[in-house]
Amino acid sequence: MNAPAAPLLQARDLSRSFRVRRSGGMFGHAAVLHAVDGVSFDLTPGRTLGLVGESGCGKTTTARLVLGILTPTGGEVRFEGAPVPAPGTRAWRQLRRRMQMVFQDPLGALDRRIPVGQQVMEPLAIHGAGARGDRRGRALELLDAVGLGASFFARYPHELSGGQRQRIVLARALILDPTLLVCDEPISALDVSIQAQVINLLLDLQAKFGLAYLFISHDLKVVRQISHEVAVMYLGKIVEQGDPDRLLTDPAHPYTQALVSAIPVAAAARRRPRLILKGDPPNPVDRPAGCAFHPRCPAAVDRCRVDTPVLKPLPDGRLAACHVAHGEAGSARLVA
Amino acid sequence: MLRYLSTRLVRALLTICFVVTFAFVILRLSGDPALLILSPDAPPEAIEAFRKSWGLDRPVWEQYVRYFGAIAEGNLGRSMRDGRPALDLVLERVPATLALTIPALILKLVIGIPAGIYAALHRNKLADRMTMLFSVAGFTVPSFVLGLVLVLIFSVNLGWLPSGGQDSWIHGILPVITLGTAGAAVLARFTRSAMLEVLGQPYIRTASAKGLAWHRVVVDHALPNAAIPTVTIVGFMVGSLVAGAVVVESVFSWPGVGRLLVVAVANRDLAVVQTILLFVAATMVCANLTVDMLYGWIDPRLRTRRVAGAG
Amino acid sequence: METLVALRGLTVDFDVGHRVIRALHGVDITVGKGEAVGLVGESGSGKSVTWLAALGLLGPRARVRGSVTLAGQELLGAPARALEAVRGRRIAMIFQDPASALNPVHRIGRQIGEALGLHRGLDGGAARAEARRLLDRVGIADAARRLTDYPHQLSGGMNQRVMIAMALAGEPDMLVADEPTTALDATIQAQILDLLRELRRDGGMSMVLISHDLGVVAENSDRICVMYAGRIVEEAPTAELFAAPRHPYTSGLLAALPDLDGPRRRLVAIPGTVPEPAHLPPGCAFAPRCPVVLPVCATAVPPLESAGPGHRAACVRVRRAVAA
Repeated sequence: MNAPAAPLLQARDLSRSFRVRRSGGMFGHAAVLHAVDGVSFDLTPGRTLGLVGESGCGKTTTARLVLGILTPTGGEVRFEGAPVPAPGTRAWRQLRRRMQMVFQDPLGALDRRIPVGQQVMEPLAIHGAGARGDRRGRALELLDAVGLGASFFARYPHELSGGQRQRIVLARALILDPTLLVCDEPISALDVSIQAQVINLLLDLQAKFGLAYLFISHDLKVVRQISHEVAVMYLGKIVEQGDPDRLLTDPAHPYTQALVSAIPVAAAARRRPRLILKGDPPNPVDRPAGCAFHPRCPAAVDRCRVDTPVLKPLPDGRLAACHVAHGEAGSARLVA
Repeated sequence: MLRYLSTRLVRALLTICFVVTFAFVILRLSGDPALLILSPDAPPEAIEAFRKSWGLDRPVWEQYVRYFGAIAEGNLGRSMRDGRPALDLVLERVPATLALTIPALILKLVIGIPAGIYAALHRNKLADRMTMLFSVAGFTVPSFVLGLVLVLIFSVNLGWLPSGGQDSWIHGILPVITLGTAGAAVLARFTRSAMLEVLGQPYIRTASAKGLAWHRVVVDHALPNAAIPTVTIVGFMVGSLVAGAVVVESVFSWPGVGRLLVVAVANRDLAVVQTILLFVAATMVCANLTVDMLYGWIDPRLRTRRVAGAG
Repeated sequence: METLVALRGLTVDFDVGHRVIRALHGVDITVGKGEAVGLVGESGSGKSVTWLAALGLLGPRARVRGSVTLAGQELLGAPARALEAVRGRRIAMIFQDPASALNPVHRIGRQIGEALGLHRGLDGGAARAEARRLLDRVGIADAARRLTDYPHQLSGGMNQRVMIAMALAGEPDMLVADEPTTALDATIQAQILDLLRELRRDGGMSMVLISHDLGVVAENSDRICVMYAGRIVEEAPTAELFAAPRHPYTSGLLAALPDLDGPRRRLVAIPGTVPEPAHLPPGCAFAPRCPVVLPVCATAVPPLESAGPGHRAACVRVRRAVAA
């Protein structure tokens, strides 16, 4: 966490809300959905920040904000010290060469009618990078780097397996020499025996090219494997952040505790006491007052219902947003 | 739900305005009614007088505004040919048209929907292939060709049925069959694909896994879902009850709205043409509105929406 | 343990128009009364097809051969009526994506009531009261009001609870749960698995749990069958399978899973890709990816052979070890 290098990516109090129309009443009524609400983090070059949470927690919105695909309604994103420019501008397109994205569904990200080698070269042509003659050589280099040989150059997406397609997507993302790769559930759609291949590949590529990853996943085990730091999100806020091993062995926030205990474990000896949460996560439009987790929290006290906890360091340096974890649950402040 | 209906109502009114404007523009562009009705060699004073009495001497935009104002008051003008109110002329033809199109619609529904369901349930079997073969034949043969072939066989060769006119219900048989065939073919094809789509859904497997007999899976679970897309095409057919018989009425000399339209267009009888178009647009729009309401009734997802969370 | 359901030599061929593709190559599974059997495998391994075939739910393009017996009664080739009496009543099934597994145009109450009418002759008020009790049983709060809801008004977890309530309506002897939590979030998955455990404990129901997630089956099964490319490659009591896997594919899967604690190690990935059913390699289907492959592996498919008490594996190395 105390990385000496200057941060590559900084998110400061990042917020994004959406106007939605909700059911109820004759015409429904407008409401505001706070998809991301005051998220801050740093990412240093060559390192990985894992972003964990369930559907609707705002992790994908955070990724889109980081890339500048969405404009924040509050806070800012800085890349190499400078604010990320508005989407669509020339400066933004220049910047996008340095930050690339990899999605869950590799087939959807590829064009079925074009040989995959062409698609790997495509970003070079779009950004006018490299001499025309060198592009093919560069694409072959990257195919090699992602573990696919030159023989794959002329194949079409449907001729490849899911894992091979994700490798193509990675090769294409890397051809412009980015420094940041945002990966949104990059292995969730893959078969179990293939997931490990792609995780290893991501680690190798990081070591080889010095990439930083913002790695979004719902799978804590995978996140632990790949991340230097993990942030757990719940209803648009980071509730706990820190070293992956600390966070998994001794989660501080009750939500992290529930997430960790929910991981099915193959080896009986490693099983933990199960903590089953009640109910579903609330609709983000109906964010509960106080700590958004309190209606499902087994440890909630009166204060949690009125007072939103702040994300701040615990004695071991890890960050948590929980009155109970900070031992401040007793000092109930009753605000009118 | 109310919001859903009100947006559709506004859209319906806009559609009608658009059709009225379209009719106005097209007819003004396509020739001078004075010259057509009075013949080009009529004395210039007569032509001038005709134009004046119909307001054709005014600027186009003024004609347009007056025309809209009149429609809003319910005045659709008079026929330029015989001076009778255009609305009366159209309304007295409507029963004749409906006498063809309603039986034809029933024919489409009674043949098309069951044929489509049957074909879907016997996918890729002989019954399916034959049904689809007839279906393709049914909607690729133009109705005037089919009408003429039917006349050739049943009137000219066999002498069983009359080839035209409107003297008794027997005269209606050939036009109704001609009208119904293409529609039944389209409907069969549409119903089949809607059913196939639904039969591939996980909830059909759930219904079978529950222990329901196949016929109940089809009736209770597949049909209500397949009805959702099918209602659209049926709505379109209902919407064309008034306008859908132009060609067939001409082939069988059936004195309905369609023939009135053909004659009125040939004569540049603006008021009559506009009235018919307005009438057709209104029925179309009403049918669409009904379909939208039916959707809400069949598909609970349109009635009660949940706010989706962000990812 | 008394046998409830036995599959013997089950094969499934799909007619895809221009040719026939074999998806299942002779599967034997026995489920005892009250037993929980886990079926684990990757996409295309045939784990779902196995149980859809057993219940005759694969549709007209599948040809199923072999034998499926329920308490001695043969189900394969049985008349439709006999199968309908088994489905939902003796063997119930729940599926992966609960939102699309429920009919969008019918209310929850009606969909549960349908099963109650079918299997227990309940209708009207009695069916409604029982449907309410079932929703209560599966942990849905405010059950009375939920009966009039449509599936799209409920969350994924709630819909899966409704599916389970519907499965319980017939008071079945066995529940086949086909990836019941794959489409759900982690904390909701924990809730649903907990519910399934509780139901089994209370009712003595047998269960087949189909999943791609070794952790999910490990925590919820007495015995596990590992499937690969349309065959069972290993079968063992749960603890034994994880302690001493005998098939290289099983060991490979275990080595490829990231750990939750302990030192971080580089994952040992299984190389290559899962073969497509239409292009299976000759001999053992895992041979091209196997780290300990022998020349003989490419010549013949190894049969499932005993590798200890209740433990069987389909690998030539097992036979050699036993012979040695």
